[in-house]
Amino acid sequence: MEYEALRKIANDIRINIIKMVSNAKSGHPGGSLGATDIVTFLYFNVMDITKENAGTNDRDRFVLSKGHASPLLYAVLAEKGIIPKEELLTFRHLHTRLQGHPDMNELDGIDMTTGSLGQGLSAAVGMCLANKLDKNDHRVYCLVGDGECEEGQIWEAAMAAAHYKCDNLCAIIDNNGLQIDGKIEDVIGPAPFDEKFRAFGWHTINVDGHDFAQLEKAFAEAKTVKGKPTCIIAKTVKGKGVSYMENVADWHGKAPNAELTATALKDLEGE
Amino acid sequence: MARATREAYGDELERLVQENPKVVVLDADLAGSTNAARAAKYAPERFFDMGIAEADMIGVSAGLAASGYIPFASSFAMFCTGRVWEQIRNSVAYPGLNVKIVGTHSGISVGEDGVTHQAIEDMAIMRDITGLAVYCPCDQWETKAVIRQAMEENGPCYIRLGRAKVEDVFDENKRFDVRKINVLRSGRKVAVFATGLMVQMTLKAADILKEHGIDITVIDVCSIKPIDKEGVAGILKDHEQIFTVEEHSVTGGLGSSICEIACETVPRIVHRIGMFGFAESGEWQQLLHEYKLDGEGIAEQIMGYLGI
Repeated sequence: MEYEALRKIANDIRINIIKMVSNAKSGHPGGSLGATDIVTFLYFNVMDITKENAGTNDRDRFVLSKGHASPLLYAVLAEKGIIPKEELLTFRHLHTRLQGHPDMNELDGIDMTTGSLGQGLSAAVGMCLANKLDKNDHRVYCLVGDGECEEGQIWEAAMAAAHYKCDNLCAIIDNNGLQIDGKIEDVIGPAPFDEKFRAFGWHTINVDGHDFAQLEKAFAEAKTVKGKPTCIIAKTVKGKGVSYMENVADWHGKAPNAELTATALKDLEGE
Repeated sequence: MARATREAYGDELERLVQENPKVVVLDADLAGSTNAARAAKYAPERFFDMGIAEADMIGVSAGLAASGYIPFASSFAMFCTGRVWEQIRNSVAYPGLNVKIVGTHSGISVGEDGVTHQAIEDMAIMRDITGLAVYCPCDQWETKAVIRQAMEENGPCYIRLGRAKVEDVFDENKRFDVRKINVLRSGRKVAVFATGLMVQMTLKAADILKEHGIDITVIDVCSIKPIDKEGVAGILKDHEQIFTVEEHSVTGGLGSSICEIACETVPRIVHRIGMFGFAESGEWQQLLHEYKLDGEGIAEQIMGYLGI
């Protein structure tokens, strides 16, 4: 898909993220908005997922290890036609399929149940091992938060992915620099990500996570790397597209009120 | 024949990997001790040593299960339950993924390694996880039946095995329904439910008690969850004094399970025999003797409760 059309879709996804979180009066807008360009690009220009094959494993898969960005994933699946758009406003409501954090048994197109940080990358490694046993060419993409890399299990999984030569795995670090308690370097300092992943035996690529051209080049490069997994470190702006949310840690996990929702939608619809 | 339940795990796993190309085996640097490594000889491409990284082993198992494979993930009971409780809850049980967690070296009979390696809480913490079955087989034959059942049934489970060699309670001709209790000996008034290694110790206790003129009913409970509620209630109904014996904390495991059924069906006073705190290092038979979990100790405790 052309970048311009893709930008329009990403903007619609951001609008839906704001509407979902606002309507639910809870949820995680900051990280969802920040990672929107990455996940939109993946679902529309990289992965072979369609409405028809969403309920199968016979395709590329995506693990949202930072499961709190569920509004983003649901909004993307709606844009792909995998879930009805009108269902988005049921997010976090009683009896909804759109649980606070993704539940793989509720929806086709949710490839792993996530939400407890640090666990998704291991599941992605398991899927890659399965793909190798099945001798198929499907790839597994896993979005990991930068703060999430403070979980030890991420590095256990990083070690295993390299040891088992999971070149069908591409992890993307959503490097927005913020976590709940503040700036990642002030909280505990998990960076540098590229040097660490390289030391663990991965191929690494640094990109601007809002630049489709850079993302396209990085995902294409990852596919050509043999014998090792690839980690794309994507610099992003938490809250991207909503003026008052950009680079503000406080918008990690709270919903805007009616007035701020209007401001956010104006920011996005004004584009 | 005496054979450790962990050895029986290896025996059956060798067969399963040859029979079923979907069976995969994972371990966390204890594959020799757990016997999981024996599967590698027959299916090297389906054996994954994940290193000393149990959390990742559980997550990778979840990913394999989400792709249609049947992972058997083993380590010592301490490390594949307690260390990774939340990974099991959120990445395996909540999505209902078909992962078989096999904890060997459970209980105090792991012996000299001491308290850090003696899992006496594993059944309690696994039993409380929604949708996770918990099995604790008593000998090699029951173990093999459980391992096979685990492969055949879709859904996550925890299988508790031991380090020490155990005598045969059953023989190779026994046809198991591992979800049902097994009445091994029928007595009067006194019923003793036991699980795992404690089954054979309870049978020894039954011999000692017989010399004192007490005939006890001995019941093997392999499936701690789901537990054979109907079978247990029937035993409670037919007996006056109820005992439970487990190589595990008296809270949360077999004893608690039987108490729950007694509360809900046939009210009985239940005496729980098991661990009341941490143990210590020692040779395994010495430890069982010290904590009154060998035949003599169990008989002594039962007689104490009965006031004999």
